[in-house]
Amino acid sequence: MPYPQAGSAGPAAIMQRLRRLPLTPPLVLAPSLIATLVYVVGFALWSAWMSVSTSTLLPRYGYAGFVHYRALWSNHRWGIAYTNLFLFGSLYVAGAALLGLLLAILIDQRVRAEALWRTVFLYPLAISFVVTGTVWRWIFNPTSGVQHLVRSLGWHDFSFDWIVRRDTAIYTVVITGIWHASGFAMALFLAGLRAVDPDLIKAAQIDGAAMPRIYLRIILPTIRPLFVAVLVILLQFAIKTFDLVLALTSGGPGIATTVPAIYVYDLMFQRGQLAEGAAAAVMILAALVVVLVPYGMWASWRRSRV
Amino acid sequence: MASLSIRSLGKRFGPVDVLHDINLEVEPGEFVVLVGPSGCGKSTLLAMIAGLESITTGEIRIGARRVNEVPPRDRDIAMVFQSYALYPTMTVRRNITFGMESRRVPKAAQAAALARVASLLQIEPLLDRKPAQLSGGQRQRVAMGRALVREPALFLFDEPLSNLDAKLRVEMRTEIKKLHQTLGKTTVYVTHDQVEAMTLASRIAVMHQGRVQQFDRPRIVYERPANMFVAGFMGAPAMNFLPAALATVADRPCVLLPADGAAPVALPLPPVAGEAALVPGRRVILGIRPETIGLAPAAGAAATVEAVAEVVEPTGPDTMVVARLGGRQVIARFDPDTAPDPGDRITLALDPSRACLFDADTHRLI
Repeated sequence: MPYPQAGSAGPAAIMQRLRRLPLTPPLVLAPSLIATLVYVVGFALWSAWMSVSTSTLLPRYGYAGFVHYRALWSNHRWGIAYTNLFLFGSLYVAGAALLGLLLAILIDQRVRAEALWRTVFLYPLAISFVVTGTVWRWIFNPTSGVQHLVRSLGWHDFSFDWIVRRDTAIYTVVITGIWHASGFAMALFLAGLRAVDPDLIKAAQIDGAAMPRIYLRIILPTIRPLFVAVLVILLQFAIKTFDLVLALTSGGPGIATTVPAIYVYDLMFQRGQLAEGAAAAVMILAALVVVLVPYGMWASWRRSRV
Repeated sequence: MASLSIRSLGKRFGPVDVLHDINLEVEPGEFVVLVGPSGCGKSTLLAMIAGLESITTGEIRIGARRVNEVPPRDRDIAMVFQSYALYPTMTVRRNITFGMESRRVPKAAQAAALARVASLLQIEPLLDRKPAQLSGGQRQRVAMGRALVREPALFLFDEPLSNLDAKLRVEMRTEIKKLHQTLGKTTVYVTHDQVEAMTLASRIAVMHQGRVQQFDRPRIVYERPANMFVAGFMGAPAMNFLPAALATVADRPCVLLPADGAAPVALPLPPVAGEAALVPGRRVILGIRPETIGLAPAAGAAATVEAVAEVVEPTGPDTMVVARLGGRQVIARFDPDTAPDPGDRITLALDPSRACLFDADTHRLI
């Protein structure tokens, strides 16, 4: 015993003894670990099981094989939804990250009223997807929004009808999503830019690098871990997109802007096809795996090179 | 190699004047150290020389060229930062060549310059490592390499050693001095450490409250400090200051030093510049360095005072003795063999020829 224990009672002594127990860290971590196990891993496995079960309106546990996957992939609507997920996901994540980065770099130039700009750009995140979708539906709507405004100003052949055209409606979802999330990306990037040692920039200035080169070669590589964080957060926003699409286009025109989350909801809770809905949910997970596993391999390959 | 002229330079941050009327003429090849306590403006002055801070008034010339409006990259300077400021995502090699790449130096010339600097600083084995994989001393070397590779007209150092541990700091100090002796580049070096300033500088500019208090060779700054601030800042332990008065005893001017309970002790006059200022009765401050105080063999000899040893602090090579003299604390540096014990009554022998006299009101050297 390094410390005398005799006669040591009282809260301080008890706390000290508690701290020495090897059990304490696992105990503290247990609630979140258990919650993660049950809700993430447990329910994911349950969904996977459901997707090969004979469930219809209610869960049933008989084995049905991969019929639901076959049914899913032979469905035209699912094909569109899955394509939309990749199209929307990549454009939304890249767009919000790039615009956020650009805003962060501009605000980082010691602009006047910086706090005001930060608030203005961060504000969209405080608005729910439903409100965002509704307002932007009015803006995109040819008879009430931008097109109407410009035409009433005199440009009578002006046309901005993306939201009612099948081939372009998905881009209105992308634009709205970027508007909503780029301020959030900006806030994260700005925090990262502010944390970069100002001496690095001074050293690079003396080294003769111009400002674009300083950003590209020194500052941005320094905050690379932040890019990963921003991309992962945006990616999960993209994959669970549901209410934004519902409020903005209701998946239309027709089924042009359906996304997998809507499709899953539809099957499971509207049509009582629990098994096929679960199969669709598993395919969303698969989409995530397709993106994250190569990234994880690339990251560990990089680590092994250092 | 170039000279550096700083003329009536001033810097204002909003309503705050941080630098007032700075004038420094640095000769080609000189090693000038800007030293002073934190907040004295030395780092701001260096940043202005580098072009990282704007100039409010006055001008800076590097060589014959006025550089007030010249951006940092065109000033032909190189700088070593306190935090090293190595680019964290680049290897040592890229760190050193980044500046040449930015200036579009041909690849072959880059490789030659890199090889020259790497062998000069003995960092060849580190070239493919990232800064995070280097020790503090190695990072320091790489930061110097990045500066050296440019062969600039002017080297700037901003407290480059203050992040190193004590032992390494002394080693790197010697190395920087050796490098300067080899390369002979004009250098401006900022530090708050007066020992670094003394050891490295060919001339020291002591700064305080945004003004240059004294700009001279280290030995002059140490032995003939321009005022009591410089006297107190340079040297550790600091110079002792004893209030005294001028008097004439037996037709000779002398300094009357109040002593414990007894009559004041009359000391011969220290060297002074202006004889005319020696008005009897003038209140002065006598400045005595700890190492110029000795133990008198016998009481009553010339220039001796009685004191009581209060605290004895051995440092190894010397023993510091804090004694009470005329109601004031005095620190003396003794040989460990002859050092008294606490409580001893001792007779201190002062060396007036190595003492300084300051005006009691203006605190300037007389």
